[in-house]
Amino acid sequence: MSQDIFVVAYDGTDPQTVDFAVAQARKSEARLVICHILEWSPYSFLTPEEIEERHRKRQEELTRAEATIMQPVLERVRGAGVAAEGELRYGHIADIVCEIAKEKAATLIVVGRSSSLSARVFGSVASGVAQCATVPTVIVPCD
Amino acid sequence: MKFVRMMQPILPTALLFFLASAGGAAAQSIDDTINEAVKVVTVPFVQFIFSSIPGTDFPWIVLWLIFAATIFTLYFGFIQVRAFGHAIALTAGKYSRPEDAGEVSHFQALATALSGTVGLGNIAGVAVAVSIGGPGATFWMILAGLTGMATKFTECTLGVKYRNEYADGSVSGGPMYYLSKGLAEKGFAIPGKILAFAFAVCCILGSIGAGPMFQANQVHAQIVGVTGGSDSWVDGRGWITGLVMALLVFAVIVGGIRSIARVTEKLVPFMAILYVGASLVILFLFADRIPWAFTQIFEGAFTGLGVVGGFVGALLQGFRRAAFSNEAGLGSAAIAHSAVRTREPITEGFVSLLEPFIDTVVICTMTALVIVITGVLQVDPQTGLYVWDAEAGRIATEGNLSGIALTSAAFGKGVSWFPYVLAVVAVLFAFSTIISWSYYGVKAWTYLVGEGRQKEMAFNSAYCVFVVIGAAMSLGAVIDFTDAAVFSMALFNIAGLYVLMPVVKAELNSYLARLRGGEFARVGT
Repeated sequence: MSQDIFVVAYDGTDPQTVDFAVAQARKSEARLVICHILEWSPYSFLTPEEIEERHRKRQEELTRAEATIMQPVLERVRGAGVAAEGELRYGHIADIVCEIAKEKAATLIVVGRSSSLSARVFGSVASGVAQCATVPTVIVPCD
Repeated sequence: MKFVRMMQPILPTALLFFLASAGGAAAQSIDDTINEAVKVVTVPFVQFIFSSIPGTDFPWIVLWLIFAATIFTLYFGFIQVRAFGHAIALTAGKYSRPEDAGEVSHFQALATALSGTVGLGNIAGVAVAVSIGGPGATFWMILAGLTGMATKFTECTLGVKYRNEYADGSVSGGPMYYLSKGLAEKGFAIPGKILAFAFAVCCILGSIGAGPMFQANQVHAQIVGVTGGSDSWVDGRGWITGLVMALLVFAVIVGGIRSIARVTEKLVPFMAILYVGASLVILFLFADRIPWAFTQIFEGAFTGLGVVGGFVGALLQGFRRAAFSNEAGLGSAAIAHSAVRTREPITEGFVSLLEPFIDTVVICTMTALVIVITGVLQVDPQTGLYVWDAEAGRIATEGNLSGIALTSAAFGKGVSWFPYVLAVVAVLFAFSTIISWSYYGVKAWTYLVGEGRQKEMAFNSAYCVFVVIGAAMSLGAVIDFTDAAVFSMALFNIAGLYVLMPVVKAELNSYLARLRGGEFARVGT
């Protein structure tokens, strides 16, 4: 039987989400795909200078996210004895998480939930993922 | 340390502040002194650029733009029609690869370039054209907008193709680069360098004129207008308007406070939609007059409808306003688009051809229709022809208005409070145009003096000073000169475009072949 794949949406601040996913992965001997999505809309407006700098900024953002968020979390997960890979992408967070789950043929999505006022008004990543996910989704409260 | 460095460029602005506040009486003589000093040098140049073709009153520089637009339209086989759908698909992200997410999208490139071109020309310039040339000017303006799409396509493709890319990932592009590099490829290295140098000089002068000098001046006029005209407290205190705007511009282009720019950049597209929406409301309110308005526009285009200058007057005004408004052929858009990362230079060309369409064919036409349909231009009830106000040199208008005030009055006929919204729209359009032109100026400047943060800062600081000067003073001679400089950009740019158009054709054919072969898959739905 092939190994189960769990997709974890990780924003860099919610270790509880990762801990939960690690615990689940251990039980079912699953592999984790840790996703960190950099919010990006192709329809936002930029000044001419921002357009010029965009390519460089993007490289910097990717390097920083890889070094300060992705590598530490992957080390932690692997240190706990669970196989894991990282996915660093740009886009609308909830949509991209669902897309990765589809691409990887994941059987479970794990996403953290924080309860800020803006999340209550505008909706959160967790509710967005819950809306678009095609596989069972676990929402981990993070506060 | 950083703060000290930030403070240095403020000094000239502060100096000007004291100069301007030293006394209103002195300001008049300063204006005169500067005007006189500048005139000696600039008048021959201005007269040369705007001189008419012998035997007509048609400026040859306008014909130069129109002729080029026609040549490019024919040479690329009506690319503006053929590629229109593809341009929209590109802008909508139908061909964007997922792995490129996080880079500047075609939509963003178009929106930024548009906020540079959509400006007071669309509101004030069109009013001038219609009141001098009659409704027929609208027809020629649309035609000029449609052909200008081919010019934009050509220059923006070249802008991306010949840009410089630096190790840190930043890019510099525009006519100065394709003129020097492109012409060198064709074996014209020396003429290419000369054209590029001349273009860069004109671009620096033009950026100061089209940006801070003209826009800040018009913003002040608009603020005086809505706050009570000559009774207004701000009347004659242009330096206050100038200083406020200069500080905001300074914060964006020197201080790097992007949030201000982002607010206006966000508002500009919204304002453009609001403006078109309001126009549609007016057209709806006067729906019964729409067929009449179109008759006026088409008849006026060929007969002039009794307006002095007749058909040539309509043609001239329409063409001139379109050129002023959409900047096709000036090379400015090529600078804006060349900063965008794309795999294929031609895709920027496709996207950019939408600019004259949105700017001129849609937005300018809306303004013209609103002015014609609301009847602010006075018609003689007996003859059905427009009443000519010989003294003002245009059609008589209600309240003797012209420019932005005429547009404002026309909107006021349908929605009484809209003139206030229009005042805000105009200020935002002006601000975003100032920001955009600062970028064009910087690029031309660094082409001449070399790349470097300090060099950019020096230019940008001086640029802010011109915002204050533009708002505070009525420097007719200086504005004429910078206008001429903007148009002379087209002189050097288009000369190079003729030599380089086969390069664009090769790119186009290669791209279209690969597109048909399915190399660029559509993504999404």
